[in-house]
Amino acid sequence: MTLTLDAPRIVTTHPLLQVRNVSKSYGSVKALRDVSALAYPGEVLGIVGESGSGKSTLLRMMNLEETPNTGSYTLDLPDVSGNLFDLDRFARRMLCATRIGIVYQNPHLGLLMKHSSSGNVAERLLVAGERSFAVLRAKATAALEASEFPLDRLDAPPIELSGGMQQRVQLAKAIALEPALLLLDEPTTGLDVSVQALVLDTLKRLQQERRITMVIVSHDLGVIKTLADRVMVMRGGAVVEAGLADQIFQDPQHAYTQQLVHAKL
Amino acid sequence: MTPVLDIEGLSKGFTLHHLGNQIEAFDNISFKVAAGEFVLLKGANGAGKSTLLRTLYRSYLPRAGVIRFHSVHGPIDLARAADIDIAHLRRTEIGFVTQFLQARPRVSAEAIVAEPLRLHGVPADEALARARAALSTFGVKQDLWKAYPTTFSGGEQQKVNLARALILPQKLLLLDEPTASLDANARKALVSRLAELKAAGTALIGVFHHPGDVEILIDRVVDLTPEITQSEDRMDVDI
Repeated sequence: MTLTLDAPRIVTTHPLLQVRNVSKSYGSVKALRDVSALAYPGEVLGIVGESGSGKSTLLRMMNLEETPNTGSYTLDLPDVSGNLFDLDRFARRMLCATRIGIVYQNPHLGLLMKHSSSGNVAERLLVAGERSFAVLRAKATAALEASEFPLDRLDAPPIELSGGMQQRVQLAKAIALEPALLLLDEPTTGLDVSVQALVLDTLKRLQQERRITMVIVSHDLGVIKTLADRVMVMRGGAVVEAGLADQIFQDPQHAYTQQLVHAKL
Repeated sequence: MTPVLDIEGLSKGFTLHHLGNQIEAFDNISFKVAAGEFVLLKGANGAGKSTLLRTLYRSYLPRAGVIRFHSVHGPIDLARAADIDIAHLRRTEIGFVTQFLQARPRVSAEAIVAEPLRLHGVPADEALARARAALSTFGVKQDLWKAYPTTFSGGEQQKVNLARALILPQKLLLLDEPTASLDANARKALVSRLAELKAAGTALIGVFHHPGDVEILIDRVVDLTPEITQSEDRMDVDI
């Protein structure tokens, strides 16, 4: 028995995020093949797959950094309507700065490494129009505190910080404006196991306290298992299986998912 | 009696792609459970008792059949419902008690127990007070309430697990050997909490290694031994 994306829903009505039938080619390489995804308010959607499966490309589309050849993207938010892929560059930038937060695997993509950590967070607030220095400082400090960043290092530039702390600065920047959607691209890959556990713990706590809708991409099944409510498995640019996290891990249906789950240490 | 669950022709098997074969778990099971009823699943090891519970909870996808659950939102087939609906029902109407606690690093015992109440919208202070009362009922000593259960013994972890799983009354509760590794007092506390939930209308389906522990609660037995699969009256069963 297989379940489709559009199985009749009785309890929950509107997804926050809807990506429909997205395909993307880079020359002759098909990065995404007719991919659809939904995320409901307050849930964590996990996307797993090996390198080259298209999972990060999909996440970059959700952050409007890429435009597909075909397909649509909508967010169910006040003042946001239509296919977001049709927005111009400026509208995309404003939407991403104010409603969507992202944490990249590589902090260099998300942070100005030589500016202070609090300045990195404040920059996000400036984009949204905040101009008072006192407010900027207070809000940046609050976001860093929520991300469990040590407050005696507020003025330290990320380049002087450990990998785990750099991820906390990225996280603070991402949540500073209380976004409706938080995108996480391999947020703990490359961190020591103990540091990884602490960052995951912070994410879990933030998710429970603030009910932020999250989409997390990782090749690490343990990370996905810890955080995700529902999981999509990708391979070769297509979705091979999707389901509740415990069902994907305990009763995987597709041959590739079984291989993936059985290979987990 | 108010129906809670109607199971019709439910079958489950596993396809093992790397071996190129199928393993059958159970086939064509049908039974009903009403509000306030306690159904014991019986059968030898490997008869599919735990598999059936996990299929009802949708951790496993059934191969065929209907699992009609009478939700507050109306009847819903758990075999086919959207994942997001199942996730919602798990938070609000369907509980699953296993033998294992899923402890998270740096989360205290009382916070773990209070969590289902918090997610249900109970204010923090009240949730914490109720969590502490539940821990105390199951015999977890007060000096452990703020500790992290990752380091607890198996029995203590199981008490925290039960306190958490049973704190929020639910419409349907699935129990997978919850008495394993419990001492006599905790077993007694468990039976009395289950009796409370049953009296309040919770439908219970359980697998027990020693059904004698819950004998006074059992209304019906469903035997999963192949070719028997049907309800029996409790008087015929040797427990």
